[in-house]
Amino acid sequence: MAATVKRRRLPFSPWHLLLMPLSLTFALPLLQMVLTSFMTAADINRFPPRLIPTQLSLAGYQALFAESQILRWLANTVVVAAISIVGHLVLCSLAGYGFARLRFPGRTLGFFAMVATVMVPIQLLMIPTFLMFSRLGIANTLAAAFVPWLASAFGIFLMRQFFLSLPRELEEAARLDGCGTFGAFRRIVLPLAKPALATLAVFTLLGSWNDLVWPLIAISDERWYTLQVGLTSFQGTRRTQFELLMAGNVVATMPLLIGFVLAQRWFVASMTFTGLNR
Amino acid sequence: MVPSTLEAPRTRTGSARSLRTHRWRRTAGRAATGWAFAGPGTLLVVGLSIFPAVWAFLISRTRWNGIAPARDLGWGNYQRMVEDPELWESVRHTLLLTALFVPSSIAFGLVVAIALSQPIRLIRFYRTCIFVPFVASAAATGILAGYVFNPQFGSANELLRRLGLPAQQFLEDPRQVLVVICLIALWGQVGFVAVIYLAALQDIPKDLVEAATVDGASRWQVFWHVTVPALRPVTVFTGVWQTITVLQLFDLVFTTTRGGPLNASQTVVYYVYELAFQTQRYGYGSAVAYGLFAFTMLLTVAMILYSRRAKVEAF
Repeated sequence: MAATVKRRRLPFSPWHLLLMPLSLTFALPLLQMVLTSFMTAADINRFPPRLIPTQLSLAGYQALFAESQILRWLANTVVVAAISIVGHLVLCSLAGYGFARLRFPGRTLGFFAMVATVMVPIQLLMIPTFLMFSRLGIANTLAAAFVPWLASAFGIFLMRQFFLSLPRELEEAARLDGCGTFGAFRRIVLPLAKPALATLAVFTLLGSWNDLVWPLIAISDERWYTLQVGLTSFQGTRRTQFELLMAGNVVATMPLLIGFVLAQRWFVASMTFTGLNR
Repeated sequence: MVPSTLEAPRTRTGSARSLRTHRWRRTAGRAATGWAFAGPGTLLVVGLSIFPAVWAFLISRTRWNGIAPARDLGWGNYQRMVEDPELWESVRHTLLLTALFVPSSIAFGLVVAIALSQPIRLIRFYRTCIFVPFVASAAATGILAGYVFNPQFGSANELLRRLGLPAQQFLEDPRQVLVVICLIALWGQVGFVAVIYLAALQDIPKDLVEAATVDGASRWQVFWHVTVPALRPVTVFTGVWQTITVLQLFDLVFTTTRGGPLNASQTVVYYVYELAFQTQRYGYGSAVAYGLFAFTMLLTVAMILYSRRAKVEAF
């Protein structure tokens, strides 16, 4: 009898012994990042190091906003992410649908060429892309940061897998009712693709917001930095100002972190979705 | 082309010629519609990789600093790779990092997924904690790691001190740096692997586990003989994915050590970056990048072939 009562109350499980220290190891550094951003330099240099600040200080943020163009970088990053998401949603869903459902000459070749690009290391593309962007006149502008993010092999592949899983009858019914290919896609297929589109949007947001390599190479004008490039530019010059570095980290990380915690179910469902649609 | 199901059955009424033009028109129409859908996205993706990749190959056969005219070297850069000790050092670091990271991220991710699939209290809190680092960028992670692993006042050494263990140099010790980078990468990636395994665990038919239990299998036996084989496709997928990720791992190295100390964390991708953008050796940098590309491709193809032969349907 005791066993049933216990089961209902969820007794202490040995799994807690694994999960509790593990979760703290994963979450504490981020908490420390936030706490350190509110510390005074004196608190940071104290020995032994402390997790909780003795007094709340905004010195790090004041220095950050006064000495860098962080708000501008934030705006740049938001613009890049927004354009990337719209680009991905439009181009990847169209291409994914084309590869999943339409038969046309060159389809197989096009699809394989597209998927094969995943294996090409970015480092191979850095030099020619930099040269190409320079000649097109978009190096050192925001376009350099978002053009590579307008579509991706991953996104097209993800959408294709989703469309393959939809029953064909839906579109055939729409076609019989007089819809064209595009009409059937837009009115019947796309509304059903909301979970896949949400996943794509989440991954594009994470990827474009956190991208470092492309903007690092293509943008040298401080006005057009994204947050990530701005952060790494602090590294060389302000190695000792940890309150400022952490404040910058908080500004760059918090929007996505808060978004994740608020919409966790949805976020994890998105991740799960990719796992299932491998 | 394979005839589509929508194609009208052949009629005997039209002449052969009109039938041909009719067919041609239909093919052209299909091509136009198909490419109208697939074209823009594919063009962008392929255009931003195949075209630069071909260009990179041309560059890899020259000596060029981006300003002075390029000098044709033929296969010279590739020959030079063979006897470049710095390259082999970075290959060694990359392989070591891969050997550390890929198995541990898979094993660790699986254990975490199994732990997170238990119906216990606080499970949502645990899931949030373990997943949240995945959202942080490599730049933020690198800066944060520099703080946590700082030998003088970092909390990692403080933790060791409280446990009565000797303080470490971490990122500043050539013998430890790759292990520490691997730990930082795990911190960011384990949540992702765990989520993929969590989803796959839910897909394992319950009666399979029950049948094994009824037959007298212990929990450990169920794990080894039911769970692990059922997860094999996901494991192959994750293995390939994590291998490509770690072979191309750049931003974390850039933001933690920039290849140091004493080049101890210089990986192949970091070496390429340094060749190209620090010392302006575009030609040699491209050649090394091609070496990495060839290696990645061989490895991926081998893993896919293996999984096909082992009848794992991961791709």
